[in-house]
Amino acid sequence: MSIKFPSDEWIKALMQELNQSQAYRDAARNWEGDFYFIVEPEGSLIEQTILYMDLWHGECRSACVVADEKEKAPEFRIRAPLSKWRRVIEKNLDPIQGLVTRQLKLQGNLMKIMKAPKAALELVNCCTLVPTEFPE
Amino acid sequence: MWYFISPDIVFGEDAISHLDEICGKRALIVTDINMVTMGYSEEVRKHLAKAGLEYRLFHEIESEPSLATVKKGAQVARSYRPDWIVGLGGGSVLDAAKAIWVLYERPDIQPEEINPFDNLRLRQKARLITIPTTSGTGSDSNWGLVLTDKTAKRKLGLGSREVHADIAIVDPKFASQMPPQLTADTGMDALTHAIEGYTSGWKNDFSDGLCLKAIQLVFNFLPRAYHNGDDSEAREKMHNAASIAGLGFGNSMASIAHSAGHSLGALFHISHGRAVGLFLPYTIEFAADVSANHYAEITHLLEVNTEGNNPAVSLVEAIRNLAQEINQAMKIKDLGISQDRFEKLLPKLVSYADMDTQTVTAARVPTTDEYERLFRYAYDGKSVDF
Repeated sequence: MSIKFPSDEWIKALMQELNQSQAYRDAARNWEGDFYFIVEPEGSLIEQTILYMDLWHGECRSACVVADEKEKAPEFRIRAPLSKWRRVIEKNLDPIQGLVTRQLKLQGNLMKIMKAPKAALELVNCCTLVPTEFPE
Repeated sequence: MWYFISPDIVFGEDAISHLDEICGKRALIVTDINMVTMGYSEEVRKHLAKAGLEYRLFHEIESEPSLATVKKGAQVARSYRPDWIVGLGGGSVLDAAKAIWVLYERPDIQPEEINPFDNLRLRQKARLITIPTTSGTGSDSNWGLVLTDKTAKRKLGLGSREVHADIAIVDPKFASQMPPQLTADTGMDALTHAIEGYTSGWKNDFSDGLCLKAIQLVFNFLPRAYHNGDDSEAREKMHNAASIAGLGFGNSMASIAHSAGHSLGALFHISHGRAVGLFLPYTIEFAADVSANHYAEITHLLEVNTEGNNPAVSLVEAIRNLAQEINQAMKIKDLGISQDRFEKLLPKLVSYADMDTQTVTAARVPTTDEYERLFRYAYDGKSVDF
């Protein structure tokens, strides 16, 4: 059964996939940092949705939807409209290429991200394993 | 969505005379001591003088330029206030010139912060001219640069779409004195750029033709340039091939021969071209199935007889024949690296390659375990069978 994106259920399903992935564990073994993935409204998605993930040494320690951007102070925020996130999750947009072309807007320590490109790739690989239903 | 970025390219015999026509007041020539000794910096100075420009020379760029060197160069630029930065040299010099230019424009950032995600807002104080003196780097025509963190013994692959030359002057005269070993190393670098640019995960319609043309030129002219440095046609074609390959892969990215080569180069001080060229056959074998169609297109272009083989196998054979003809090492063991030293540094080799930005643009991205096996196979010279 497909899980609606963006939702608390979806980000928790991704957390489960990440924690089962040896490839992600290897690629992100040195990674320390948490994220907001901010889905900007578009089409039938009328409100911004903020997905939070705490990623630590190849493991996702927690994942949830947060109601207010001020609720947490993550090290990184990546912001994009729903259609761009869909292209990333369906592997039609390479996340690094998305950041380079500024289709995905990143706030945070860029140097740190550039040292972990493979972790980003494996994270997206795990996204594709979550059966996802997108709003029209 | 993607971009195709290119400088104005002036190429061919006497392309350097284009400098006579540039407008400006002051130029900082960034180079190394060899270019001064060989009289190349003086030649550039004469042309700048014809255009009415004053100049200052910063000739302290070393092989594998360090963060400290580019910071020093930027200080020189800030005190001299040039409106042109002229990089004259091989890949190390051109990469350093790019970094010095960025730090001159943006004194508020560190060299490690040159990245493709931010708008750097360059070209407020100066513009950049690149004059390659080797035929391989492609740095003259692309927007990447590699600096070395000497403390961490790590190469930093950096880039920004803004960090490309305004003008690249590809004059074969400046490559005519390269000794055979340098000709071979840099030629293999150009070939690796072209093949990886044609097969990377980011390959695209705009870069494909450039990469194919460069592959053809290298196969046709590298042996001639290696065996007879006075072969002016071969020198010119190789010089063009290097810039064309730079433009090609610069817009489609390289792949894991580069990741592995950067790692090997940083830890064992192997020249960039020799290192990436050594890994090229192994990484083609590794991607043999996923990139079979692209390798078939390359073998077709080169008129290599595939005789029902996987085209990757035939391409690897053609590359090994070329490497043998120009006396290139084909396994890590042949670089004089002992088994003990190799084993001791293997975890770092793997870790650095794993974190390299070129890893994620590969058509087939190795896992950490696969990287370790790739390094071991390349050490012993075994064909990749996994």
